[in-house]
Amino acid sequence: MTAKKETFFRTLWNFFCSLKLTITTLILLAVTSIIGTVIQQNRPAGEYIQEYGESTYRFFAALQLTDMYHSWWFLALLVMFCLNLIACSIKRLPGAWKTIREPVLVPDENQFRNSANADEILVGASLGKVREQVANFVGDRFAAPAVTEKDGRLHLYAQKAPWARLGVYVTHLSILIIFVGAIIGNLWGFKAYVNIAEGTEESRVWPQNGGAPIDLGFAVRCDDFDVTYYEGSNRPKEFMSLLDIVDGGREVVKDRKIIVNDPVSYQGITFYQSSYGPAGDPTIRMRVKANGSGETTEVTARQGEHATLPGGYTFAVTGFTPSYDRFGPAVQMHVNSPDGKHGNPFIVLQNYPDFDVKRAGVFSFSLLGYDQPQYTGLQVKKDPGVWVVWLGCTLLVVGSLVAFFLSHRRIWVTLEEQDGRTRIRLCCSAHRNQPAFEIFFEDFKKKLKAELASRAKGLDGGI
Amino acid sequence: MTSSQLSNIVTIAYFASMVLFVAYLPTRSRTVALIARIGAWAGFALQTAALGLRWYESYQMLGADGRAPLSNLYESIVFFAWCILLIYILVDLKYRQAAIGAFVLPFAFLGMAWAQLGLNDAIDPLVPALQSNWLTYHVITCFLGYAAFAVACGVSIMYLIRVGKEKHPADSSAAGGVLALFPSSRVLDDINYKAIMIGFPLLSLGIITGAAWANYAWGTYWSWDPKETWSLIVWLIYAAFLHARFTRGWVGKRAAVLSITGFAATIFCYLGVNLVLSGLHSYGG
Repeated sequence: MTAKKETFFRTLWNFFCSLKLTITTLILLAVTSIIGTVIQQNRPAGEYIQEYGESTYRFFAALQLTDMYHSWWFLALLVMFCLNLIACSIKRLPGAWKTIREPVLVPDENQFRNSANADEILVGASLGKVREQVANFVGDRFAAPAVTEKDGRLHLYAQKAPWARLGVYVTHLSILIIFVGAIIGNLWGFKAYVNIAEGTEESRVWPQNGGAPIDLGFAVRCDDFDVTYYEGSNRPKEFMSLLDIVDGGREVVKDRKIIVNDPVSYQGITFYQSSYGPAGDPTIRMRVKANGSGETTEVTARQGEHATLPGGYTFAVTGFTPSYDRFGPAVQMHVNSPDGKHGNPFIVLQNYPDFDVKRAGVFSFSLLGYDQPQYTGLQVKKDPGVWVVWLGCTLLVVGSLVAFFLSHRRIWVTLEEQDGRTRIRLCCSAHRNQPAFEIFFEDFKKKLKAELASRAKGLDGGI
Repeated sequence: MTSSQLSNIVTIAYFASMVLFVAYLPTRSRTVALIARIGAWAGFALQTAALGLRWYESYQMLGADGRAPLSNLYESIVFFAWCILLIYILVDLKYRQAAIGAFVLPFAFLGMAWAQLGLNDAIDPLVPALQSNWLTYHVITCFLGYAAFAVACGVSIMYLIRVGKEKHPADSSAAGGVLALFPSSRVLDDINYKAIMIGFPLLSLGIITGAAWANYAWGTYWSWDPKETWSLIVWLIYAAFLHARFTRGWVGKRAAVLSITGFAATIFCYLGVNLVLSGLHSYGG
């Protein structure tokens, strides 16, 4: 029973440690991700039914294909991906760590025998005479060696960039950190929007995925909104809102201009320029001429309100448009007689000021101007996990650069005395891009041989 | 001379270089390979000048609203071709394998020809969403990455041809002669890996700068927009490729197929998403 259990866990562990699982998961994630780019995500049910039909929609709904990146099976794939990544790292990291912390200082015979690049030099001088020369050579040409004496042999071990072995683990860890950042953002952050009319303020924002409005604890006021265009064209150049932030009755941010690509943040909550539109009824400026007396007055009226005229008359603007066909700005209005009787509605055009005279009413109206207040549409976001995500991204780039471009390179040199001569054996290893390091090693050996030879000659000549 | 005229000459240079690299395979003439290389280098130098000139022209036309030439489909295709040449020249300097030119130059030539003949090369001012320094970082890292993948794809095609022919030596009479100039399958596999090794961190940086920009401009670093999703798909495929290198049964042919699939996904991410799907990156529409 226990043996069976053990093999079961061993099989499970090996399954999660396997690179084949990694490749399969990566390809499955890639292939399934395509679905969400073909089927529009998070639309109302009606839209899918209209486009694909009822039965197809039911199929979509069953597999959560209309919000597939949050579906149980896609999340399960991501969890699988993470487990695989963690298991692989747990399996391989201790070995890598040991290689870094406890390097093999004394190579055994097999290492020289099995290494394809191992070489041997015989020098006609005693060990005592060449040991310093060899150690200096290794130090100058490669890296300062660790020297170990054992059984009458002298072992030199030199290495470069041992921590390059950690690059791949840093990369793996960075992906987990990015996921953690995303989860933090989902749990403790929000994405919302708010529309603020010019001259008003809001202290609540509305979550993008519905639900109750969120109280910010402070208010945002919009002083002004403006669109500018590139000269001589209708290409918008800039959408601009002028915002104040009022916290506890105090204006903590004053007249901050925000545009697309330049948001404002306060207490971890960021406001982005996102949209705009007309807010509420416009104010209309009219010139009114009493056709009896010829007297003219200027009247300002808000749409929908009754404004008084001489002689007990009143008028009301019931509709406004900035472009009435191709005639430009226009209002629809009516005049009430002193006894309160509702007159017939008529239209006044700003670009044709004498048009209303032809109606021959008690008064003639011409539209002088209007003031249409705008609202600014802001996206509001709080994401306490975003810094964790950036940390993960930084580690991802650094880790993968280290993993791809740096290599742990090692050289072993063993010296032993044989009949007054010194036998030098050496070999090398790089944990990646071995061929490139072997080219270096060939050159290294050649130069070492040359130096030992010239030294031996110098000694001979001296004696 | 305008940058557009200069780009026409660049297109011709790449075409000539491409034809000569292809001609090198059957003729095996070193002179042909040399002239092909000179064509590629000269084209690259001219294109660098053309990019600079277009940048300058944007300031002449738009005054203070001038900008780096990286913002619409025409400019991005031209920049893509420039990146391909840059990566190709680096690979060529290291490996000195002229045959590779015949499989990489076509990508650059096709891009330039399409841009010069079929796309609108007007210099327009930027819409508000694109007015950001992130645009420059994002576009440069992405396209250098894409270019490295283009080189990897060309080399992978060579690898598959070479391995396919090695399996059937009987029918290699004429093709065998051409194949003799191909680098060995080991070298091809190595170049494929090295190119992706360069491209993968660049793509990662491209995705990250895009996410940082989206976060700065809209408040979300990731919204599963089709473009974002496709860049992730590309990233996943090359991540699979990198792990395939260490996995028995996935080395060699399958890795080459993954590399080609990865580049196909790259092209779809770059063009297909704009032409077929909808989303934030609207320059293709």
